[in-house]
Amino acid sequence: MKKESHFHGIFDKILNSIKKDYLLWLMVLPAVIEVFIFHYIPIYGVQLAFREYDFSTGGFGGKWVGLKYFIQFFNSYQFKNILWNTFFISITNIIIGFPIPIILAILINQLRNQRTKEFLQTIVYMPHFISTPVMVGLLIVLLAPNTGIISKFLDALFGIGNLNLLGEPRAFVPLYVLSDVWQHAGWNSIVYLAVLSNVDLELYEACKVDGGGRWHTIRYIELPTLVPTMLILLVLNLGSILGVGFEKIYLMQNPLNIRVSEVISTYVYKMGLLSAQFSYATAIGLFNTVINFTFLSIGNRISKKFTGWSLW
Amino acid sequence: MRWLSSLTHKKASDIISDFIVYIMCVLIFIIIAYPLYFVVIASVSNADLVALGEVTMYPKGFSWFAYQKIFEDERVWIGYRNTIFYTVVGTLFNLFLTLPAAYALSRKEFRPRHGLMFYFIFTMFFSGGLIPTYILMKKLGLENTPWVFIVPFSVNIYNLIVTRVYFETSIPQELYEAATLDGCSHLRFFLKIALPLSKPVIAVIALYYIVGHWNDFFTGLIYIRDKNLVPLQLVLRDILIANLVFKEGVGLGGAAGGYAQRYADSIKYALIIVASLPVLVLYPFLQKYFKKGIMFGALKG
Repeated sequence: MKKESHFHGIFDKILNSIKKDYLLWLMVLPAVIEVFIFHYIPIYGVQLAFREYDFSTGGFGGKWVGLKYFIQFFNSYQFKNILWNTFFISITNIIIGFPIPIILAILINQLRNQRTKEFLQTIVYMPHFISTPVMVGLLIVLLAPNTGIISKFLDALFGIGNLNLLGEPRAFVPLYVLSDVWQHAGWNSIVYLAVLSNVDLELYEACKVDGGGRWHTIRYIELPTLVPTMLILLVLNLGSILGVGFEKIYLMQNPLNIRVSEVISTYVYKMGLLSAQFSYATAIGLFNTVINFTFLSIGNRISKKFTGWSLW
Repeated sequence: MRWLSSLTHKKASDIISDFIVYIMCVLIFIIIAYPLYFVVIASVSNADLVALGEVTMYPKGFSWFAYQKIFEDERVWIGYRNTIFYTVVGTLFNLFLTLPAAYALSRKEFRPRHGLMFYFIFTMFFSGGLIPTYILMKKLGLENTPWVFIVPFSVNIYNLIVTRVYFETSIPQELYEAATLDGCSHLRFFLKIALPLSKPVIAVIALYYIVGHWNDFFTGLIYIRDKNLVPLQLVLRDILIANLVFKEGVGLGGAAGGYAQRYADSIKYALIIVASLPVLVLYPFLQKYFKKGIMFGALKG
């Protein structure tokens, strides 16, 4: 009874609010419907992970099979390998990719000439706008054995000969991570630059008066200012620890590197869409989401404990 | 003031650190810009010279060969045409959904706004995943139609937050109060006052949406079978990555194959430019808005 009246309460509240602010409701409604259809219905469809896919009806339903498909995934001979690849690529990407935008922002912030600064920013943001097929296409032509300019450069430096870097399993992760840094570090530095531009100029003055050099300014003013932003972004990064971008990995894959390049998202695509094992692929996808969310929660907890800042 | 004081007492250590900063900046500039510059010069150079590594600083054996080949290739035309359509219509639809919603959510007197925000943000961390989404699209009859590029996922939650924060912080409450005294409704206020005052944020999220549509490879890969509907990015995948440069294929027979591959590479360089130029020329015009910390707003929000 009590619960029911509680629901009535919410319902009444919404009704009242609709009466009062019907125009605002009307403005937000298209977005609400859009998100309901394309985000919430698939979330509801996650139950397919626990059910047999019914090819005759084609919905999310079918016979309940419990954890069958999760167990199938855990027992699959590829499970360990895929999980490891996904973790490894994503951790390497965070370890290398996270600090570089911070360093870049501090460096750009040191430039005193406004024109130079803006010019450099324009250049470093640029690769961010390149699409993934173009990015991978760039890697292919620039790293082509014998003819690619980067291959030639590396040959002159280290004598790699006509090694096909894109087919070399050991080169896969470095190539993935470094090209990601090349493409996105500049763009990711924007947020830090925005924070740095808000630093009170008097702080710099005070530091100067105290005889602090540039290193001092960086160490005691700029870095501490950036810490809260760093934490927020780190927590958000943790939330996508198994969310290694599908597109780039998929496009960089070839038979020679597949052992190190198969990750959860590419495996889901192949199992689900290429071999039509819908329930199995849904289960793997759900497993992925749950792990991501767990990491996000852990990161959020840690951040809350040590800095008081949290996502929720 | 900062530069003034640095002029008055410049220490030796500052001069050294200045030097280090400049060296590093030049290095970064080269690392980022050179590959892009190289693609440009390689695309207009003689393919043999490029393959031999003769082209490093400026074009050699100037030729439009690669561009000519691209313009003769109907796959590129079809991809271009489709992507322009998906981008224009898609972005308009994105803005049509995002802007009014962001405005409503920015109004302090709109009581349900916190609940609705949670409703939206939740989807940033939880999703149904590929397969349930695919099944839904099939059921809705969107698979293999142009609408799959336009209708689904057209509210980007991040953009929604950025716009909401902008409305909250940049449109003075007094303005609204004055307008309501004149009998102005929310809808009128939104159209006549809020939107014109929000050009920077509209420009920025429009750019994000445009780039998102232009670079969208995933949607085409998953949902499109019809050759006449493929977006540019799928054509790029075929040519740049699957190496289907000439419709007949790059003959892989011995020396002739190597010969053809050089021309294929030359076409690839040119195609990278043709495909990326539209977004690359667009964004510097909007760069001044990025600095204003528009994006930072999302973090606070």
